[in-house]
Amino acid sequence: MSEPTAQTPQPQQTYLNFGFAEMFKGGVIMDVVTADQARIAEAAGATAVMALERVPADIRVDGGVARMSDPKMIKEIIAAVTIPVMAKVRIGHIVEAQILQALGVDFIDESEVLTPADEQFHILKSEFKVPFVCGAKNLGEALRRVGEGASMIRTKGEAGTGNVVEAVRHARTVLGEIRTIQARPAEELMTVARDLQAPYELVRYVHQHGKLPVVNFAAGGVATPADAALMMVLGLDGVFVGSGIFKSDNPERRAQAIVKAVTHFQNPEVLAEVSEDLGAPMTGINIDDLIPAERLASRGW
Amino acid sequence: MAGKPLHIGVLALQGAFREHRQRLESLGALVREVRLPADLVGLDGLVLPGGESTTMARLLTEYALWQPIRKFHAGGGAVWGTCAGAILLAREVRGAPPQFGGQQASLGLLDAAVQRNAFGRQINSFAATLPVSGLEEPFPAVFIRAPAFSDVGSQATVLATWEGQAVMLRQDAVLATAFHPELSPDARIHALFLMKVAETKTEMT
Repeated sequence: MSEPTAQTPQPQQTYLNFGFAEMFKGGVIMDVVTADQARIAEAAGATAVMALERVPADIRVDGGVARMSDPKMIKEIIAAVTIPVMAKVRIGHIVEAQILQALGVDFIDESEVLTPADEQFHILKSEFKVPFVCGAKNLGEALRRVGEGASMIRTKGEAGTGNVVEAVRHARTVLGEIRTIQARPAEELMTVARDLQAPYELVRYVHQHGKLPVVNFAAGGVATPADAALMMVLGLDGVFVGSGIFKSDNPERRAQAIVKAVTHFQNPEVLAEVSEDLGAPMTGINIDDLIPAERLASRGW
Repeated sequence: MAGKPLHIGVLALQGAFREHRQRLESLGALVREVRLPADLVGLDGLVLPGGESTTMARLLTEYALWQPIRKFHAGGGAVWGTCAGAILLAREVRGAPPQFGGQQASLGLLDAAVQRNAFGRQINSFAATLPVSGLEEPFPAVFIRAPAFSDVGSQATVLATWEGQAVMLRQDAVLATAFHPELSPDARIHALFLMKVAETKTEMT
């Protein structure tokens, strides 16, 4: 195995990690809990798998503290597939992140789906070589995570509910706030940064480019090919699917259909074809029925 | 570019197709995203971007794109693959998923084998100042979970190597780079490809 020339400086690592995240665009990242599920996901055309012990729907049912997965399971999944393998750490859990990096995981998700380990601080992700993805409900939150070193942002949605409404809300919020910033004159940006509680340089980037500095994916509640395509139509770069696949009647077919829906999101004829006869989707939960303590999206800040 | 603009397709099943699109447009090409066989009609050149080769291979099968792309090449269309796209071009793919019996379909337009993830996982990804034959100054190359070429046949020419491994090949109207020129601020390799497309087009008419 060859090493980069000399010591890899931090800015170059950021660049490599941003570039890596770009490669997932137009793709689907699937939650898996076993090597077998990882193989099904890879064969269905997933661009990466997220290795975790319990999918969000089960975390909801089981309750208790949800933590980083067993390294043994992660290693089995790494050995089972050739696509990138991601895994989740609790918000603020620096040591879980160090462990995943040591395992050779390709991407770390600092995720609100697990029980937060720190109620005040997220991980300083720029200290790590491995790239991070973080959830965000709005632009300020997204830019704070990028400021800490995240290479990818995803909506939080309301994981494990099979209900896409929260993911749509977060996507609309972030993209709407980007458009609002673009319309502001440059001299107002410092005040915008203060109001958003976001790094000024990143606010300037958004003003100039009309997008986040990193790729922006949909996550939380995607259950059907149409849900996945909807998130692409709204302007996101790709989709995470959690409980939606392996909690449905026919995970293989549904996984393949969601991959195709993300590629052909602009083609309703293809979408009609791939949506047909997939069996029952995951049952789903009406978010209005969740008591505040059960809401995962409100974790993180 | 002088003369009539070139029509370039970028395979847009998944991956970094937008970066290629923007770079090619900045050089004056007319770019179309290719998702279905009908999208290939009338193109002069085709770019296969980086991304996940297993995902792209699956979607190429699903939308019956393998033969149309081979036909496009046989009819004189220039083709360029970057990273995952280069894997799709090779005659043989090594390091394919164990569950597929180590087998992965490819277009076979490049007389070389390709080793997937030849430099390791993401923590081993790197940037390098890469000497490229035909370019006066080295190219700032970005290698992300990059493949490398081996068993390069007599029909293909190695244009660049890194640490003893071939990372850029040319074979007539086919170009393959294991790295990602679309992520570098340097447009020279895109310009090189467009020149090749223009030459191929002139030969045909």
